[in-house]
Amino acid sequence: MEEREVILEVKHLKQYFKINRKFTVKGVDDISFKIYRGETYGLVGESGSGKTTTGRSIIRLYDATDGEVIFNGRKISGPIDKATRDYLCMNMQMIFQNPMSCLNPRKKVMDIIGEGLDAHHSYKNKEEREEKIYTILEKVGLAREHATRFPHQFSGGQRQRIGIARALVMLPKLVIADECISALDVSIQAQVVNLMRDLQDELGITYLFIAHDLSMVKYISDRLGIMHLGHIVETGTTDEIFANPVHPYTQSLLSAILEPNPKAAAAKIPVFYDPRELGIDYTKGTIHVLSETHQVLATDEEFDKWRNFIKN
Amino acid sequence: MERERVLSIRDLEISFDTVHGKAAAIRGMRFDLYRGETVAIVGESGSGKSVTMKAVMGIISNNQHIDHGSIRYSWWDEKGQKRTVDIAKMSERDVRSKICGRHISMVFQDSMTSLNPTVTIGNQIIEGMLEHYKLSREEAKGRAIKLLEDVGIKNPEKRFKQYPHQLSGGMCQRVGIAIALACDPDVLICDEPTTALDVTIQLKILNLIKKLQKEKQISVVYITHDLGVVAKVADYVCVMYAGRIIEKGSVEEIFYDPRHPYTWGLLSSMPDLTTDSPRLFAIPGEPVNLLHEIKGDAFAPRNPYALKIDFEQAPPMFHVGGKHRAASWLCHPNAEKVQMPESLRIKIDRMLKGVS
Repeated sequence: MEEREVILEVKHLKQYFKINRKFTVKGVDDISFKIYRGETYGLVGESGSGKTTTGRSIIRLYDATDGEVIFNGRKISGPIDKATRDYLCMNMQMIFQNPMSCLNPRKKVMDIIGEGLDAHHSYKNKEEREEKIYTILEKVGLAREHATRFPHQFSGGQRQRIGIARALVMLPKLVIADECISALDVSIQAQVVNLMRDLQDELGITYLFIAHDLSMVKYISDRLGIMHLGHIVETGTTDEIFANPVHPYTQSLLSAILEPNPKAAAAKIPVFYDPRELGIDYTKGTIHVLSETHQVLATDEEFDKWRNFIKN
Repeated sequence: MERERVLSIRDLEISFDTVHGKAAAIRGMRFDLYRGETVAIVGESGSGKSVTMKAVMGIISNNQHIDHGSIRYSWWDEKGQKRTVDIAKMSERDVRSKICGRHISMVFQDSMTSLNPTVTIGNQIIEGMLEHYKLSREEAKGRAIKLLEDVGIKNPEKRFKQYPHQLSGGMCQRVGIAIALACDPDVLICDEPTTALDVTIQLKILNLIKKLQKEKQISVVYITHDLGVVAKVADYVCVMYAGRIIEKGSVEEIFYDPRHPYTWGLLSSMPDLTTDSPRLFAIPGEPVNLLHEIKGDAFAPRNPYALKIDFEQAPPMFHVGGKHRAASWLCHPNAEKVQMPESLRIKIDRMLKGVS
């Protein structure tokens, strides 16, 4: 396999939220992963597993408690200088879950999209600014005349397109898409997913795709990370995870997918998973390597047991 | 055994007054529900699926009007006599005191917010029993604890005294189901019961509803846009678009032999675990604006297979075999034969092969 360029490397990231003197919530507890240029990395897990927190810590919406994030060879966690901050803002962007609440209702679409351009003075004159905004609007499938409207004049799918346009106007290298299609209708979801794929091919964007809808994640991602209770329990290429899930949590997640096929759905037997019942303690586990890309978090005994279980 | 009709909706038309004018949300709806069966209503947001079922519950907002049509509900009373009422003609007060909860009840989408945070779970469950059956508190409590056990809540005596914020999302949804079942209703309406829940809990809740349905012989209506849920639970499916049912039939007929172009679009746009084409099929365009008068078939502007007549005259329901009906001019005997898209045909063949 050819050596691929790592665009984002997360090393031992920890994000704790202190509730009071005695109690701290460990939102993200010591996770590490790499994302290669041009790929889509899917982060999956149930609510409260820390997938959104991971995304937000990477882009510095939260101050990470501990760990290192390296983006394109630069360290972007901890204290950083102004040049690095500018670099980060221009090259990493986020698309949010709810397209209504992430757009400022008092601003016109033109100014919502142009805000990043304004902040970084990335145009020479007014005409160039407008031109840049019109180009990106057309790229996401909206028309020029939409630029003078307000967010409430759009439908849900169109608003999500505005959110995507805002993220893409800076021509970022990495986009963190946080559940960006969950709030949309089924027929509109497909439009937005197609759009994201087209833009990826055209502009070479890398996506960190955070979601809980497994069939959509399987479709869009090249590699997956399965998160549970702040730990990445299993990571690998999408095919590896779906063909050969090792961790019991992954198995239970996969068993719960409801396929739009009445006969298959009736035959479905869900596997339930409770780490306490199985006596699994994530903090004791270490990373075990199954193949070059496929890794599982487990203790030595657990790893042997699960691997044998699969062989049989 | 003969099927017993519980609910029948005929020619229902509902509109909303808005600042921009009158929005026709339901435009002539016909719907039947039989005892013990499960019907799923599928459609995108704004297609009117929730509005219809809320009208059945008598939940009508101030700017909403039932312009036309009937919602007839039949049941056997204590003396063993069959009675029928038209909910559309009853006053809101009557529906509230006689039908709601007692005969027809609803499980809401987000139970975390639909439960009252200031009242204990126990009191919320027994509220309906005290009102409809005039039970004593002691009796009601006994039944409530039995119900909590039925919906799979461990340690019901302790939970009875707790408040909603002390439970997880899945537990709250179970409590929502317990409240809905408190007065032994005939019809249970589930409005997106699992969208707010995680995938692993989703299956548990669906199985629970199915089990209770079998035990108590109730009819269930699911309102959802998740085709995976539909495939799992439904006996019959109604596909709604712009306030009308455009295709209905048994779950196999809809999933394996869809006839309406909108249903084709819906089924193709959902990726399943075997999808590997570089692009998903997407239904072009945006949902219709119900403020404007709709001429012809509401789906025509988004329909690549639209015929000339689609823009002029709304299609009637065509009978296409079995219990399967579709409102598309393509099903007219004189229409040119149009096959479903090739990609969907392959997908359906694979689904059929995968299981047999």
